[in-house]
Amino acid sequence: MAARESRNRASATDGLVVLADSPVHRLPAHGKVLALLGFVLVAVATPAGTWWAFGTYAVLLVATLLVARVPLGLAGRRMVVELPFVVFALLMPFVATGPRVEVLGLSLSREGLLGGGTLLAKATLGVVAAIVLAATTAPRDLLAGLERLRLPAVLVAILSFMVRYVSVVSGDLQRMRVARESRGYSGGRVGHLKAVAAGAGSLFVRSYERGERVHLAMLARGYDGRMPTLSSDSTSAAQVVRCAVLPVAALAVLLVARFRLGAR
Amino acid sequence: MSPGRSAPARSETTTEPAPAIAAERLAFAYPDGRQTLFGVDLTIAAGERVALLGPNGAGKTTFVLHLNGILGAVTGGTGSGAVRIGGLPVERANLQEVRRRVGLVFQDPDDQLFMPTVADDVGFGPANLGLRGDELRARVLEALDQVGMAQFVDRPPHHLSFGQRRRVAVATVLAMRPQVLVLDEPSSNLDPASRRELADILTGLDVTVLMVTHDLPYALQLCSRAVLMDEGRIVADGATRELLADRELMDAHRLELPYGFDPLSVPGLPS
Repeated sequence: MAARESRNRASATDGLVVLADSPVHRLPAHGKVLALLGFVLVAVATPAGTWWAFGTYAVLLVATLLVARVPLGLAGRRMVVELPFVVFALLMPFVATGPRVEVLGLSLSREGLLGGGTLLAKATLGVVAAIVLAATTAPRDLLAGLERLRLPAVLVAILSFMVRYVSVVSGDLQRMRVARESRGYSGGRVGHLKAVAAGAGSLFVRSYERGERVHLAMLARGYDGRMPTLSSDSTSAAQVVRCAVLPVAALAVLLVARFRLGAR
Repeated sequence: MSPGRSAPARSETTTEPAPAIAAERLAFAYPDGRQTLFGVDLTIAAGERVALLGPNGAGKTTFVLHLNGILGAVTGGTGSGAVRIGGLPVERANLQEVRRRVGLVFQDPDDQLFMPTVADDVGFGPANLGLRGDELRARVLEALDQVGMAQFVDRPPHHLSFGQRRRVAVATVLAMRPQVLVLDEPSSNLDPASRRELADILTGLDVTVLMVTHDLPYALQLCSRAVLMDEGRIVADGATRELLADRELMDAHRLELPYGFDPLSVPGLPS
């Protein structure tokens, strides 16, 4: 329901996908998955403390977001998923050992500052890159892409059922909550958690039963243990090159960073 | 495991086509011991539209799941009796063909539509039959066209309304070009307009239809023949109008017509 409502708004999104037609949207999903993987590997392999390299990666990513016509504010809001890492990165300067430095009257570990800052930079780059992928690739295309990358068929099937039924199950959850509250339930935050935990059991049973009915429906249409393939169209060389732009540019930055470290 | 009986005697005119559905002495108990079918005999000729009526728990859905070999002795379950679809016995060796011939539309479209997009879902059956590429796409569009949903081909099912999902569910089985269409509660949860649209679609199809329903006016509108099932047996079989007009029979099996509905005064029914 929520997805359908947001479809009608100006900067339309459908789930995580930003409904726009951009060069990034048009790239094949498996290419984008590989590009994401390559970019994250490069970011992780970058030596701690080479801030200019991380800054360059960030510029590359922001450029990608702009090309993909993903609103920067939307990308910023989605970065909230990174919060647990941020907390961890902020703790590091306090708990790490080694030489201390004074910052605003606090005694912080030099190593911790470096480690925490690097962790924060790498995690942020990874999250934003994943946001680009999610915002420009329809779930179905992503599944087809993973299938082309030879992800085991069972995993593709499980993911595809998840994509299909996440809205159905959340609808179930919603109805159970409405039913609970309609009968005067108001347990506050803790009580609410308790009720959700209790509801999880019945939600599991409901979903399990639905799984059995879906299996019957599959059998009735001649399912023989193999899911039909989702991917079909081929990829052109030009698309491969376009997918490679971001990770190759990042790799070039990494090589320069390594070279400068070695020269010093 | 079919009993060693000879094929039922054919009528003198051997040119007569085999019945679309022929169930003989079908009995079935679920693994927990609950017996739901107690010897069901039912023959439906090709091209007929038949309503399967009966109260909750009468065994209607269980019976329907026998028609394509999902339940029953043929697939290793408990039970006895035999089913033939267009003359073809429902046996393990024939399951794929039987499931092509019998298109089963389940009550909840969310159970029936399990793929990420409408196109994938309608293509699921034909893909299992071995269709690929352009041929598959053409079959998908043909089926969606039959239910007037071709413009939604690349949408995810959860973006469709309930009535649209029900129509796509019908398309998923039409894509297999079935001989028999079996619908479980086709009108449930539909608003009046969707209900009528589905009726228009069903009357336009050139297949044998068996429709499980509690919607008695719908049965009267679409099916000239009705079969009443209760406690795992067929208790009545005849013209829908007469069956619905039989107050005694209806009362005995917990069936009730909507307020003010008189089956004898409804005009323009199928002969």
